[in-house]
Amino acid sequence: MMRRLLFILAFIGIIASVYASFIYAPTEPKMGHIQRIFYFHMGTVWVATVAFIIVFIASIIYLWKGGRKWDILAYCSAELGVLFLTLTIITGSVWAKPIWGTWWTWDPQLTTTFILWILYIVYLVLRSSAGNDTKKAKYAAVFAIIAFIDLPLVYLSVRVMRGISPVVFGPGGGGIAPEMMNALLINMAACTLLFVVLLLERIDLERMKDAVAKLKLNEN
Amino acid sequence: MNKVWAIIKKDIVTELRTKEIFSSMLVFALLVIVIFNFAFGFSAELLDLAAPAMLWISFTFAGVLGLSRSFALEKEGNAIIGMLLTPTDRSIIYAGKMISNTIFVFIVGLLMVPMFILFFNYDFFSTLVPLIPVIFLGSMGFVSVGTLFSAMALNTKLREVMLPILLFPIIIPVIVSAVKLSEQVLDGNSLFAASFSLKLLVSFDLIFLTACAVIFEYVIDES
Repeated sequence: MMRRLLFILAFIGIIASVYASFIYAPTEPKMGHIQRIFYFHMGTVWVATVAFIIVFIASIIYLWKGGRKWDILAYCSAELGVLFLTLTIITGSVWAKPIWGTWWTWDPQLTTTFILWILYIVYLVLRSSAGNDTKKAKYAAVFAIIAFIDLPLVYLSVRVMRGISPVVFGPGGGGIAPEMMNALLINMAACTLLFVVLLLERIDLERMKDAVAKLKLNEN
Repeated sequence: MNKVWAIIKKDIVTELRTKEIFSSMLVFALLVIVIFNFAFGFSAELLDLAAPAMLWISFTFAGVLGLSRSFALEKEGNAIIGMLLTPTDRSIIYAGKMISNTIFVFIVGLLMVPMFILFFNYDFFSTLVPLIPVIFLGSMGFVSVGTLFSAMALNTKLREVMLPILLFPIIIPVIVSAVKLSEQVLDGNSLFAASFSLKLLVSFDLIFLTACAVIFEYVIDES
């Protein structure tokens, strides 16, 4: 019941966010229509951040107390985090092409995002090779913790590498219209709902895999 | 402290008898430098720009080679089980392995840097002395995480492949700040010209030494 409600809410949220970013929000005077992709961009990056924080916390609890559910939570959350971060990078590139004139620059924020993306793909490689093996699941948790601690240092070091440069970010620079802010919030909320729905489904899938593995074991 | 020393001594004695890790690391590092030279086609101004990066790429690649050997040796004849059965804290084992790995990697760095300076015609004494602390801090940084990961990679199927994949994205701050520092030194400036990089490198070392010592016990359960 709860699940169905969430699903319906996420569905409505996505429709609302499409409406908010394409019709409700005013066109940004300098960038034009391309700026609308920003709402979705911010929504996905927000979800990716939340997902990686969940991975970090779930990994700590898993190492500390054990329990397969924390491991599953970390794994599924990392998978969705990578998915949403990939969307962030793609939408960012689509935005950057007409505005900056290039798909990609090695600016500190982009570089850090890219390294973040690689770190969690490595995590997924490590985790998926583990299967039900608790020892390897622990390795993945260790890697997740180390990677999370590493991130601020990566960000600082990348800034050092490029010489500390001002960060070009934020929709339209300084102040933004209240409608834009609303559209942004609607998008973030919708993406969060979508994330929760997907996460719950993904966790169920992983539990079913466990159940199947157990059944197979009993049959032999 | 005695226990840590016992592990270090054991590693050093093994290494002195086989000279396996050491020679392979050093030869590998030199080979990478030579290959870079060919790849850049000996153009002097290009080499000047690329020299610090070359030093650190060859050094870290060689270091990873040594690290993956370090725990693989323990696996041979199941020496690791003997070590785990001794009544010590797991973090002591981490400290011992970490210090002995740092010693090996640092010595390789010490031998490599003079050759590097000679190959690229830098001023010998004014660059060698300030490069030593950079090499030391850098090797401590990547060995601290590397020791933990090589214990982990030991039990995964893709042992040799896994370690670099795990390690390199994590040690990006070490490589970046060490390259920045080496660049300053090779340009004839003092280390403190890049004081932010120096702070970053030292804080990386401290953060990951403590974090890895705490986490190590979860990695090295009875196999």
